[in-house]
Amino acid sequence: MSSASQVAERDVPFQLRGNSFTMMVLKVFAPTSPEFFTQLNVKVRQAPNFFRNAPVVLDFDDLPESIVFDLAAFVAQVQAQHLLPVGFQGGPQPVREAAAAAGLTPMPSGRAAKLEEVVKAPDPRQPGAQGQAPIPAPQVLVEVVHRPTLVVTEPVRSGMRVYAEKTDLIVTSSVSPGAELLADGNIHVYGALRGRALAGFSGDAKARIFCHSLEAEVLSVAGNYRVSEDISSDFYKKAVQVFLRDGVLSMDLLKTA
Amino acid sequence: MSKIIVMTSGKGGVGKTTSSAAFATGLALRGFKTVVIDFDVGLRNLDLVMGCERRVVFDFINVINGEAKLNQALIKDKRIENLYILPTSQTRDKDALTREGVEKVLNELSKEFDYILCDSPAGIERGALMSLYFADHAIIVTNPEVSSVRDSDRILGVLNSRSRRAEQGLEPVTQQLLLTRYDPERVEKGEMLRVDDVLEILAIPLLGVIPESQAVLRASNVGMPVILDEASNAGLAYSDAVGRFLGEDIEHRFVTPQKKGLFSRLLRRSA
Repeated sequence: MSSASQVAERDVPFQLRGNSFTMMVLKVFAPTSPEFFTQLNVKVRQAPNFFRNAPVVLDFDDLPESIVFDLAAFVAQVQAQHLLPVGFQGGPQPVREAAAAAGLTPMPSGRAAKLEEVVKAPDPRQPGAQGQAPIPAPQVLVEVVHRPTLVVTEPVRSGMRVYAEKTDLIVTSSVSPGAELLADGNIHVYGALRGRALAGFSGDAKARIFCHSLEAEVLSVAGNYRVSEDISSDFYKKAVQVFLRDGVLSMDLLKTA
Repeated sequence: MSKIIVMTSGKGGVGKTTSSAAFATGLALRGFKTVVIDFDVGLRNLDLVMGCERRVVFDFINVINGEAKLNQALIKDKRIENLYILPTSQTRDKDALTREGVEKVLNELSKEFDYILCDSPAGIERGALMSLYFADHAIIVTNPEVSSVRDSDRILGVLNSRSRRAEQGLEPVTQQLLLTRYDPERVEKGEMLRVDDVLEILAIPLLGVIPESQAVLRASNVGMPVILDEASNAGLAYSDAVGRFLGEDIEHRFVTPQKKGLFSRLLRRSA
């Protein structure tokens, strides 16, 4: 019979992976208002299928410091609307404690906090709030930090569409007319760029396009586009970078020393 | 083990059927048992170019549907040993081509033949997809003009993503370019794309350049593959291409204008 460790090596019973999820945030302004659940009910009824059993994060950021309410009963009433409270963010200390006690996960609030939380490994020695069990670190955000760049080594042919979701795109060969490159990040093309290139596809205005030979049909950064007709012939077949300068699509020759 | 070649282009009217007829004939002339299949269901042409239209009884679709045996549908060429034609149906449409049916026929043919050449219809729909799906080699027929080049580029993308070899993660389909209707004089005048321009965009090896030639139309009309016309540049160019396909090292010809005497140059200038 094989030992436990050998078994574990052969067929691992689990795998740890980073992932990101989109969740609704229920911003709570006045939890004690008698109107709260009647109005929530009206909202939920507008799209019952969309809301049914949807996970929500309760946002207590706008609650006054002095507020007192029965959090467990509040959560139960939210559940009665077929919403699933899974976490919370912000709020006065007593509310946070009550929420943690009710089994909700503390979510980091705001983008800056997110990154900080992830970059700084949680210190297990640091005691949790008011001596309670330490608040678990948010594992769900690991992916935000680094997503591998999408690298394409084959020619991108007419009619092909390559999308680098939430990352950069590198093409080491040429991009044909009628082909389309999309990336939420930057786009680099080390062959001739003859098709379309749309960087910052989800709105990142800092994204750039870099190419060795600019012969593109369309260039776009965060929705600001230019068609080949409007591209100055000074840049044609040159090594160029394309970016937004004060919200205007601009181009610079890349200096090759 | 037989090799399956697809003659394809994306665009219509560039010379796929002419090239298929010439190429299949060229392979057979060199002693390989070859069959050429017409995948252009509903627009049957290959039999005309091969000059066997009056001998078609059963066709490819009949075989797929189990209405006829393969041997009943195969037409043996009268001029050349080892050359067979599998004509298609003029009355059906491309929906008659099922993947299972095509595979069954190709499997049966591969027991007997060295080369199976699939003459693709234009487009990137069912007919074209079925003709390229099982291919080991693709010959991309392109004219030296921008729309043909773009469509060829598209079909190369389709080969790389939707062929059997691509879907099963096998070694990719080998791809070679056959540039047809090339007119060196018009290229010189800037009216046509140069070989290099086309190669720069398509980025695949050049199998051959077939010069524009009146012999092609003449041959089609009498139902004779142009490769048999040894007096024509086009015929010689096809013969060279077949040689290159089989691995021979043959220099490209007919890519530059033929030298003209002083007299004809003077005539041209005054014209």
